[in-house]
Amino acid sequence: MTATTDQPTRHRPTDAATDDATLLGKEASRAVRRRSMRLLGDLLRPHTKALAWAALLVVASTLGQVAGPWLVAVAIDRAVPALADGSGTPLALTGAGYLAAAVLGGVAAGAYVRAAARIAQAVLLDLRRRVFRQTQRLSLEFHESYTSGRIISRQTSDLEALRELLDGGLTGVVSSLLLMVFTFAGLALLDWRSGVVLAVAFVPAWLLTRWFQRMSQRYYREQRTASARLIVKFVETMTGMRAVQAFRRQPTTEAEYGRLGEDYRDANLQIFGVNGRFQPGLILIGNLTVVAALAVGGWRVLDGALEVGVLAAVLLYCKRFFQPVQQLGMFYNAFQSATAALEKVSGLLAEEPTVVEPARPLPLPGGRARGELRLDHVRFQYGDGPVVLPDLDLTIPAGQTVAVVGTTGAGKSTVAKLVTRFYDASAGAVRLDGVDVRDLASADLRRAVVMVTQEAYLFSGSVRENIALGRPDATQAEIEAAARAVGAHEFVLEMPDGYDTDVNKRGGRVSAGQRQLLSFARAFLADPAVLVLDEATSSLDMPGERLVQRGLQTLLADRTAIIIAHRLSTVAIADRVLVMEHGRVVEDGTPEELVAGEGRYARLHAAWRDSLV
Amino acid sequence: MPPTDERSNRSEPSSEPRSELSTFASVRRLHPYVRTALPRLAAGLAASLGASLMALAIPRVLQWVTDGPLTAGARDHDWSGLAWSVALVAVLGAGEAGLILLRRTLVMFPGTRVEAAMRMSLFRHLQDLPVSFHDRWPGGQLLSRIMGDLGLLRRWLVFGIIQLVVSIVTIVVGVGLLVATGGWLGIIFLCGAIPVTVLAFRFSRRYRKISRLSQDQSGDLATTVEESVHGIRVLKAFGRGPDALDQFTEQAAELRETEIRKATTDAGLTTALRVIPEVTQAVALVVGAYLVAQGDMTLGALVAFFTTTAVINGPVVDLGMTLSMTLNARTAVDRFFEVMDTVNPLTDPERPARPEPVTPGRGGATGGHVAFRDVTFRYDDAARPVLRHVDLELPPGTTTALVGLTGSGKSTLAMLAPRLFDVTVGRVEVDGVDVRDLTRTQVRERVAVAFEDPTLFSASVRDNVLLGVSDDLPDAERETLLAESLEIAQAHFVADLPDGADTRIGEEGMSLSGGQRQRLALARAIAARPRVLVLDDPLSALDVTTEEAVTARLRDVLAATTTLVIAHRPSTVALADRVAVLQDGRVTAVGTHQELLASDPHYRHIISSLTSEPTPSPTSQEALS
Ligand SMILES: Nc1ncnc2c1ncn2[C@@H]1O[C@H](COP(=O)(O)OP(=O)(O)OP(=O)(O)O)[C@@H](O)[C@H]1O
Ligand SMILES: Nc1ncnc2c1ncn2[C@@H]1O[C@H](COP(=O)(O)OP(=O)(O)OP(=O)(O)O)[C@@H](O)[C@H]1O
Ligand SMILES: [Mg+2]
Ligand SMILES: [Mg+2]
Repeated sequence: MTATTDQPTRHRPTDAATDDATLLGKEASRAVRRRSMRLLGDLLRPHTKALAWAALLVVASTLGQVAGPWLVAVAIDRAVPALADGSGTPLALTGAGYLAAAVLGGVAAGAYVRAAARIAQAVLLDLRRRVFRQTQRLSLEFHESYTSGRIISRQTSDLEALRELLDGGLTGVVSSLLLMVFTFAGLALLDWRSGVVLAVAFVPAWLLTRWFQRMSQRYYREQRTASARLIVKFVETMTGMRAVQAFRRQPTTEAEYGRLGEDYRDANLQIFGVNGRFQPGLILIGNLTVVAALAVGGWRVLDGALEVGVLAAVLLYCKRFFQPVQQLGMFYNAFQSATAALEKVSGLLAEEPTVVEPARPLPLPGGRARGELRLDHVRFQYGDGPVVLPDLDLTIPAGQTVAVVGTTGAGKSTVAKLVTRFYDASAGAVRLDGVDVRDLASADLRRAVVMVTQEAYLFSGSVRENIALGRPDATQAEIEAAARAVGAHEFVLEMPDGYDTDVNKRGGRVSAGQRQLLSFARAFLADPAVLVLDEATSSLDMPGERLVQRGLQTLLADRTAIIIAHRLSTVAIADRVLVMEHGRVVEDGTPEELVAGEGRYARLHAAWRDSLV
Repeated sequence: MPPTDERSNRSEPSSEPRSELSTFASVRRLHPYVRTALPRLAAGLAASLGASLMALAIPRVLQWVTDGPLTAGARDHDWSGLAWSVALVAVLGAGEAGLILLRRTLVMFPGTRVEAAMRMSLFRHLQDLPVSFHDRWPGGQLLSRIMGDLGLLRRWLVFGIIQLVVSIVTIVVGVGLLVATGGWLGIIFLCGAIPVTVLAFRFSRRYRKISRLSQDQSGDLATTVEESVHGIRVLKAFGRGPDALDQFTEQAAELRETEIRKATTDAGLTTALRVIPEVTQAVALVVGAYLVAQGDMTLGALVAFFTTTAVINGPVVDLGMTLSMTLNARTAVDRFFEVMDTVNPLTDPERPARPEPVTPGRGGATGGHVAFRDVTFRYDDAARPVLRHVDLELPPGTTTALVGLTGSGKSTLAMLAPRLFDVTVGRVEVDGVDVRDLTRTQVRERVAVAFEDPTLFSASVRDNVLLGVSDDLPDAERETLLAESLEIAQAHFVADLPDGADTRIGEEGMSLSGGQRQRLALARAIAARPRVLVLDDPLSALDVTTEEAVTARLRDVLAATTTLVIAHRPSTVALADRVAVLQDGRVTAVGTHQELLASDPHYRHIISSLTSEPTPSPTSQEALS
């Protein structure tokens, strides 16, 4: 059964500091850039057909644009003389041609806008989903240091940069390049010497572009980091606004936020600065090339080596050649911005969870969990911190209700988090019905083992939605039954819209105890084989706790339960009590046995009885 | 009390544009922020126009050279003519590039500075707005305003606005020129301008609605992302990751639909802006050719007409893009001011009272005096008040336990003391002064809170605990304060953390155990050395032994501080000299623990752990009736 005898190598999740690094070594810089390009390629691959179609539309729209002046020339050269000769057909033809080109070009331009948006939006949706899935897949260890703000910044402002690239004409570049290639070919055919002049202009243009690439890469990285920091600070300040205001932190947070805002502004300024030199630089090179072509061509004309008409055409070609250069520059700028953003996003996507899905999951024996838990010489430490559980060896038979008590920081929640596989044991194994939890498909494990966490988190949305999180397909009657069982039904009905009342951000609309009751109702609804309750009633009043207790007794009759509690009243319904101390189980027995004994629990119990009235 | 009276002025994120201002009027509200930047923007505009002129001049010069000096000079080798024209083109070319560089340099400072200033003023305003505002507004909506919208605005200020003006100027001048010199052809062209204008206006109306919707939806999406990370433990515990993904996908797909609708609208305008002028030109071509053939027009005039339309066509096509950029910027301005215009109902008084200054340090100082007088409080969106005519006195130096059922309003009452909320009726006094007559800083200097949720930050232990301590204090004193408050809260575990008090504790303190978080929150309130301490269920996550240790130490400290402690257990009540019972929104009894046990059946019901109900609970009776 134990497929995972060899210890998987533990990945250290990236922390915020590594993620924020902007000045990378040459190798590292190249590696992240490659990763980001791979992601871009990956995202665009499914859309090759659509991209080709969009490129075609751009070409059509450009042709429509170019056809206009050419038709005007035709009209003047041919149709007007023909008309003077009494034949209106050439004029009618050119007029009709102009009309057709106008409609065709215009429609193609509009269709291109739509096609580009379709591609951009499909890519964004794809990427958003990938990032979201990855966020959910990653372990808590990662989230503790990466912080929600950074993920939000990946999902919002980084994605915005990509969207600008895609909207701003990934395919617009196609027509520009085509135009430039054709113009250059035309020029080279017309007069190869001028072609050489134009070719020479590539050298400074290339150098300038290299310079731009180097600088903008660095500054865009800085910008992404600065923007992420700004978002992190903002999200954290807004989330903790109560504490910020109650402890009069506004001036300090404002100063810190202002500093980060300045960093962001600096990064933006740098980019504008670099970009503001790159674009005019390209224009200057273009204009000077025309000057060079004029000088060289003019000299040859005066020397009699070149026809004036040819020179006129050469100059026209040169001028035209550099027209799309600006557009290319803009595109390249958007491209640099997007790749810097994709570097960050791909970094997040490349992150490996420390808790991994098994490649070949094993089924639970009998297809359904019975609920027997076994912690087989489990040793655990968070990351490379101190050892929290040195060596825990424990069997919980199916159907048993186990209470875990102990001093704060003893490792009770840690045990709960191992059983629910929020973390994986550093050594040893946790088994459910004899199967290592690392070999269970996450869907199977989550169906079998459910935990009410120590912090009762409610999502904004209705009461109903929050309870239904326990089982999304539950009916209204089932939801109400769950609420009744924990004693939440009454207060829910008193809220303005009953079960449809929005509980607001983090359940701010209900009291702390009410939040716990609603979290509890979720677990009632989930109906798992193993239920883990981590201090699920700590903020309840005592009558409320008693009510929950009674509900629990019926609920837990035939399932395994781990109840972590400081109030020994909760322990009354347990079949077995574990007392934990510094990551070890120091006492283990039925409540009666332990109370009768001389140990820690007996003392705790006595102290607790004394405190009661 | 009518339940709707205050709802009308509640501001909530809505997807309907609230104001029906014109785009111009809407953008004009930016004036205070852009005022100082205007000269530079104007100079940038001038540079931009100059660059366009130079760009237009270059082909003319080239044409002149090829037609003039070169054609004429080919025979007599007129080098100087060539040299002059080469120099001229070089100057014009360099001038164009230089002016563009100038324009870029001119606008980049104001653009970013305006953005930064607006961001700071929004942040300041958000920090000023009360907790009730933040409870209501989803985080993502605020974030999308302060990042996304202001970013849009920056780009518009740097690129959009100048391009808009240049395009419009070029078009107006060009059309004017055509009408003035083109005769019939000019009039034909002008006819084309009419549908274009009408369409542009229609487009603006439609586009604005969609742009608003899309910006709101991206805010909602950010909210979902934020919650999916903050609530990740719940999602993982119930294995709801895939469901959350489905929901997110649905939302993201909605945003995609909106964006595609936006693009479709945009595409319509793009098509119109391309087709209509070109069609009029086709007509003009036929008519023009006919006129030329008739001899009513010279060939040169016809050529000139089309040279001019070629210049206008570019800006006309660009206009579509610039217009949508402007409309997006306008939506951003609206969304920005929606928050900025939210009036803060909880402000500092014009002339705050001047109570005796707070003496920092606990030694010798007596606690403050807090009194709730006839306090009624109703949450904005609740039908009934939570607190009704509450009268409660906290004499200096006493510790009062506040006891009541879940949801009875204990935390609500406690939050009135540091003025996180304002009473609906009645008054809360600290040291004999109504808290509304003090600045919020004054009140909060006197009153410190330990919330029921720890509300920690992803900073070091030190920064978290010393949150309410002035940064100006000497380091040594801060360290003493830190050590002392950690000791009182029995947070000895800090010494065992990898970097001691410098250890970062993860987002919201999540790399600590529940009890450890709670003790840090307690230490934080103690470290602020307030005259009044509000402890909201401060021991709920502690085990019995630690609770005893904290209680013993706290009792010493609390001797000199006025304390309101919210309690659910007898062990927490043990901290207090006296107990107040909150029932049905009223303080129904005040007395010592023993007295109340003897006299108050409701108190017995709440605090007694006897599994058998002593008397039928009054609340359940009420619930039945
Ligand atoms: N995510 C984490 N990263 C690093 N250390 C952690 C993390 N979570 C808990 N710890 C540490 O592990 C130890 C055990 O924590 P745990 O949460 O299991 O305690 P507990 O018994 O549940 O305590 P409490 O009763 O206070 O909830 C503590 O010292 C704590 O600081
Ligand atoms: N922001 C809010 N808007 C509307 N109603 C609210 C809001 N916050 C709390 N309430 C309601 O007001 C009542 C009192 O809440 P409060 O948090 O003061 O209770 P409490 O006595 O502290 O309860 P607990 O013991 O559970 O912490 C509850 O019924 C709650 O649902
Ligand atoms: Mg715990
Ligand atoms: Mg409360």
